[in-house]
Amino acid sequence: MPAPAKPTSASVFARTALFIALVLIGITFVVPFVWQVLISLSTRTEVDLLTRLGFPPSLQPENYARVFTGGGVEDGGQLAQRVDFARYFFNSFFVAGWVTLLQVITSAMAAYAFSRVRWPGRDKVFLLYLGTMMIPGVVLMVPNFVIILGLGMFDNYTGLVIPAAFSAFGTFLLRQFMLTIPSSLDEAASIDGAGHWRIFTEVILPLARPGLIVLAIFTFLGNYNSFFWPLIITQSPNMRTLPIGLMAFDSSYGRETPLIMAASLMAMIPPIILFLFLQKYLVKGIQLGAVKG
Amino acid sequence: MAQVRLTDVAKVYDGKVRAVEDFSLTIDHGEFVVFVGPSGCGKSTTLRMIAGLEEITEGTIEIDGKVVNDVHPKNRDIAMVFQNYALYPHMSVFKNMAFGLTLRKLPREEIQQRVGEAAQMLGIDDLLHRKPKALSGGQRQRVALGRAIVREPKVFLFDEPLSNLDAKLRVTTRTEIKKLHQRLKTTTIYVTHDQEEAMTLGDRIVVMSAGRGVGRVEQVDTPLNVYRYPVNRFVGAFLGRTPMNFLPGRIERADSRLWFTRPGGLRLLMPEAYEEKLHPYVNQEVNLGFRPSALAEHPFPKYSEAGYTLPVHTVLIEPLGKNIDVSCRMQDGADILARIDARDDFPVNADITFYLDMDHVHVFEPGGFGINIIHADREAIAPAQPQHAAAGA
Repeated sequence: MPAPAKPTSASVFARTALFIALVLIGITFVVPFVWQVLISLSTRTEVDLLTRLGFPPSLQPENYARVFTGGGVEDGGQLAQRVDFARYFFNSFFVAGWVTLLQVITSAMAAYAFSRVRWPGRDKVFLLYLGTMMIPGVVLMVPNFVIILGLGMFDNYTGLVIPAAFSAFGTFLLRQFMLTIPSSLDEAASIDGAGHWRIFTEVILPLARPGLIVLAIFTFLGNYNSFFWPLIITQSPNMRTLPIGLMAFDSSYGRETPLIMAASLMAMIPPIILFLFLQKYLVKGIQLGAVKG
Repeated sequence: MAQVRLTDVAKVYDGKVRAVEDFSLTIDHGEFVVFVGPSGCGKSTTLRMIAGLEEITEGTIEIDGKVVNDVHPKNRDIAMVFQNYALYPHMSVFKNMAFGLTLRKLPREEIQQRVGEAAQMLGIDDLLHRKPKALSGGQRQRVALGRAIVREPKVFLFDEPLSNLDAKLRVTTRTEIKKLHQRLKTTTIYVTHDQEEAMTLGDRIVVMSAGRGVGRVEQVDTPLNVYRYPVNRFVGAFLGRTPMNFLPGRIERADSRLWFTRPGGLRLLMPEAYEEKLHPYVNQEVNLGFRPSALAEHPFPKYSEAGYTLPVHTVLIEPLGKNIDVSCRMQDGADILARIDARDDFPVNADITFYLDMDHVHVFEPGGFGINIIHADREAIAPAQPQHAAAGA
């Protein structure tokens, strides 16, 4: 039996260099998070010391509780309005949840019409719809704001949810996905006695599930993190969502850096959990077992 | 059971591409009709028009006397088996088969009974809880058949259902489909590009072509009649496992008889029975066509005169078992194929003489669709005749 090839010194060097490079890159990604954790455990006055000491002199885990109880009160009583962080959390979940649900439903229905139903001018209308993605979001801000104001949706949940409930991107994503489902399946279903609604709900939707989940993840994360639209469409603090709520620790209290860090760490947790549980859907394609394979 | 009648049916795509034209046919109660033809001949399109999956541009389609041109597929009381099976991947075999019955709101017990019976008939009753992806190709095809059977439709439509199966399974499933039809006696329309499938399955077969720029029907008849009496050269060439031999030449009159002659010197006497039909073609170009099985080493009693012989040089032989295929070259250079009874000492690379069974010789007008001068005026739908010994190709 031949002896295993001995690694040459050149290859050892190359591997070591690569390893070091990867570790260095890894560190640049991890350091800000570690730093954030350290700051979130410091007192407001000790934040400056952190840069010299590298570690907080005293740990303040109660910062995380203070995020919810309205911190900063003992720091001179500049509190104009109590920061209701739990409310921000709820608002973000509530708005992102509804947007996700509605957007998946509307996109799936539109995608079905654009992919499985034959009607004159279908593909041109689709291109037109897709073309709206070319318009920068900021350009639409003002007209959208005026419309929402006119509809009486300013500073309430409908204003946050309804404009985001329709998406050209989501329609495009699901249409492309639905195009991969063999047309013989809807033909078989229509011969079996199904109309469009049945075909949509009992054949196409179950088969488009991986696509629906991907769109749901995208939509949820996008809206959970959305900043600008909630900022302009809401006014009262109890309508604010998380990203804006984080800002409140800055403006209303002077600079509560440890609380901002603690709050943003907590805000990061749901997306991370979501990603961990659903990541397999992001990579997993469909397996259409019924068709020749 | 139902009668299906197509009258002058045509399909035009985008107002210009004509896929099917002049399709007229009446399919009787309980009949098994096969549409066969090369790709692009419009056979699937026609089937899909009957199913209601394609709009009918011109003409009418009736099922049991009722025009269904504008009737939704679900209301036509048909069932269809697709080439890729089209099973619902997310449903179990049971649900796949029960789907159509559920939509028709049949009582649960009846659904279970019907699915159970069909599954038993097809030997898939132990697979009912499985998902399609856990089945083999043959099993999936059975499920697709089962889904059609449980519906107890007026008409079965099959769109190349066997083409995704391997060769062996294709033959056994073919037999099962035929048995199934004998048992259920449901009117069946079956589409295939495989002439052998068409010959074995159909009560009648509809040979279609794409060669004239549009899909159209060339001949409708029983399998054996289409095989024996092709109306034109296309049908003759399309049917039969081995290709028909075609020899271009002329019809000439000599010694008060009609002869088929080729420039190289070949002269074949035409039987007197054909003379009346061939008479208008004297001194004109024609194509002589005959199947490899129309050749033999020994004279046919009816045609033992010298004029019915074909001198050839044997090039190679392919033993098939009962027969051997002999590739030969004629003196004028043309290649032909003969299928004769097998024998061990058949000479290769030798000059021999074959005898032609003139009963199975056709004379076509020139061109790919040249009409069969001898048989073109046959009654289109003649009664099936007993199996002929020579028709083994």
